[in-house]
Amino acid sequence: MKNNKLSHRVLQSSITSVLAALLCIVIGMAVGFLVLLAINPAHAWGDGFVRILKGGFYDAPYGVGKMLANAAPLVMTGLSVGFAFKTGLFNIGAAGQYTLGAYGALYCAIMLKLPWFVCLLVAAILGGIWGAIPGFFKAYFNINEVITSIMFNWIGLYLVNELVYQNGTGPMYDVRNTRTLNLGKSADYAQSIIPDFGLNKLFQTNSTTIAIFLAAIVAVLIWVVLNKTTFGYELKAVGLNKSAARYAGINEKKNIILSMAIAGALSGFGAGLFYLSNVGQWNPLNSTSLPAMGFNGISVALLASSNPIGTIFSAIFISHISVGGTFLSTKYYPTEIADLISGIIIYLCAFSMLFRGKIQKMLFKNADKTNVNAEPAPAEKANAKKEGK
Amino acid sequence: MLLLIKYTLLYGIVLMLVALGGMFSEHSGIINIALEGIMVIGGVAGVLTLTMLPSSMSPALVVLISILVAALAGVVYSLLLAFASINLKADQTIGGTALNLLATAIAVVIAKYFSDSGSAKLNYSNKAFLFSIGGLELSVFVPLGIVLLVISYIVLYKTRFGLRLRACGEHPQAADSVGINVYKMRYAGVLISGALGAIGGMAYIVPPVQTWNFEVGVAGAGFLAMAVMIFGQWKPFNICAAAMFFAVFKSLANIADSTFLAQFHWSSNIYNMMPFIASMIILAFTSKNSMAPKAEGIPYDKGSR
Repeated sequence: MKNNKLSHRVLQSSITSVLAALLCIVIGMAVGFLVLLAINPAHAWGDGFVRILKGGFYDAPYGVGKMLANAAPLVMTGLSVGFAFKTGLFNIGAAGQYTLGAYGALYCAIMLKLPWFVCLLVAAILGGIWGAIPGFFKAYFNINEVITSIMFNWIGLYLVNELVYQNGTGPMYDVRNTRTLNLGKSADYAQSIIPDFGLNKLFQTNSTTIAIFLAAIVAVLIWVVLNKTTFGYELKAVGLNKSAARYAGINEKKNIILSMAIAGALSGFGAGLFYLSNVGQWNPLNSTSLPAMGFNGISVALLASSNPIGTIFSAIFISHISVGGTFLSTKYYPTEIADLISGIIIYLCAFSMLFRGKIQKMLFKNADKTNVNAEPAPAEKANAKKEGK
Repeated sequence: MLLLIKYTLLYGIVLMLVALGGMFSEHSGIINIALEGIMVIGGVAGVLTLTMLPSSMSPALVVLISILVAALAGVVYSLLLAFASINLKADQTIGGTALNLLATAIAVVIAKYFSDSGSAKLNYSNKAFLFSIGGLELSVFVPLGIVLLVISYIVLYKTRFGLRLRACGEHPQAADSVGINVYKMRYAGVLISGALGAIGGMAYIVPPVQTWNFEVGVAGAGFLAMAVMIFGQWKPFNICAAAMFFAVFKSLANIADSTFLAQFHWSSNIYNMMPFIASMIILAFTSKNSMAPKAEGIPYDKGSR
């Protein structure tokens, strides 16, 4: 009986979350359309808005393959940020962890010629170490993880650029392309590329691998860890109330560091998925901007209200509109319109709690009002599980 | 040596201006992580104004108008943060991050729209901003920054407004109970930070070069300014000292090849890394007795008094 009521409430809150996300998307798209109108009214609909809406399908199957290839690392950085959110931390350092992951994956692939799954593992470990450092500063010096993560984003970027470039003599560096060596160009690296099982043929691309499925599997794993294990429960408890968690006998310092390390590992893994699918190569001469994948992960996580399963869909959506942006004719519009739209969507997500409250009030007027504004109530779900046993 | 002083002042003033902006916002109780984005917006607004003003206009007027436009753009952009975090009580860090992402996209779209080449690069003349004293080439932002520093100190510590602002960052409930309008004060703090951040953004872009690619934004200077603010313990003159300290490293990255440091054969990456590492070490040591405003980051809800 009680369980029934609880699951009903969980269902309600997930419906509200999805509706709130959709509302953010609709408003964001509408503002994007207005911008298109302002720049070039004559082409705003057919050559502008429709192309963004169609995304990869504008040039199927190639565009769809490209969209999936970009979505895989986005799922991972989204999971990284979302996982940290669930444990009460804001991992703005996904970009730096991603950078380190990229280095780990490429070093193992190019220098050590290891098989792809080992490369992925190393990418995750390096990302995890880079995530654990801000966790350490948070746990032992009580420095806000946001500041530390931002610092380590830049330290990571300069460090990796230095390691790869080495004044142009780095063995991983290809002088002609000013990028790291292209994994697809030489048979030496074939074992380091994630297998595609015919996906490349299907989509007529050369970078669509099983990466998206690997990312989806990890998303499910993270969902299980967060919702069905004691370990996940402890991590969330520390996030909800540090002092209460310590009182309950949880080692809160260890858990903060672990949370950040796992979040970092997820980002690093994402970088591995990107570079080992050979979607692109690392450019060590770019020392002024961090990989956008890390920051887009924040959008993905917010849009999914940090739900690991939701992350898969929101990553595909963000990837969908940014691929759509690349199909805009540069004669009429800059491709950054897609970034603009996703920027507006995240800004709206920042107060989606408010939307959620309003929607819930509208839809479920008669439902009990105890939990109107709360997160999808992780603690309650965990409680329900305990009571069930 | 002259070159080192020049670059240090150039970059130090930028960090100081932006960090002072962050300081006003945090003293009112709002964490302004959107400083990076505000810098970009201020930069693009100021540069656009520069390109549009007629070349026959007197240099003083050019400087004045473009700086004012930049500051105004920063104020308008920071309204978005103020609205989200004060009225809607949204998470300040998330809202600020969104504004950072949005700012670069907006700047690129605007720059591409106005540039002739279709790229995100804008060309402008920065002659009006430069002057030299005895071989030391400086920008107008150096005296402007010093004036703003002194004004900031006076406003924050010697006026009724400053006292009220700080009260809202320390204990908004108490401030409200004696009749201070917390929402208004927080708006004031965020908007001042918008103006200062935007001027800082312009000071970052305009004096050193005559063309700017807005795809790179301001390359993390806004985030570095936040570290400067923390290192400066939220106090104007400490912030100035911290900014200069950080700027020395940045200048070394630019001029290392022409000094005795060249014999180490360090690349610019290593010098670029140094201020970040230094600030981490300093933060680790100073965090125990932090002077951070107590109520920063917490939305103020009248009902929860």
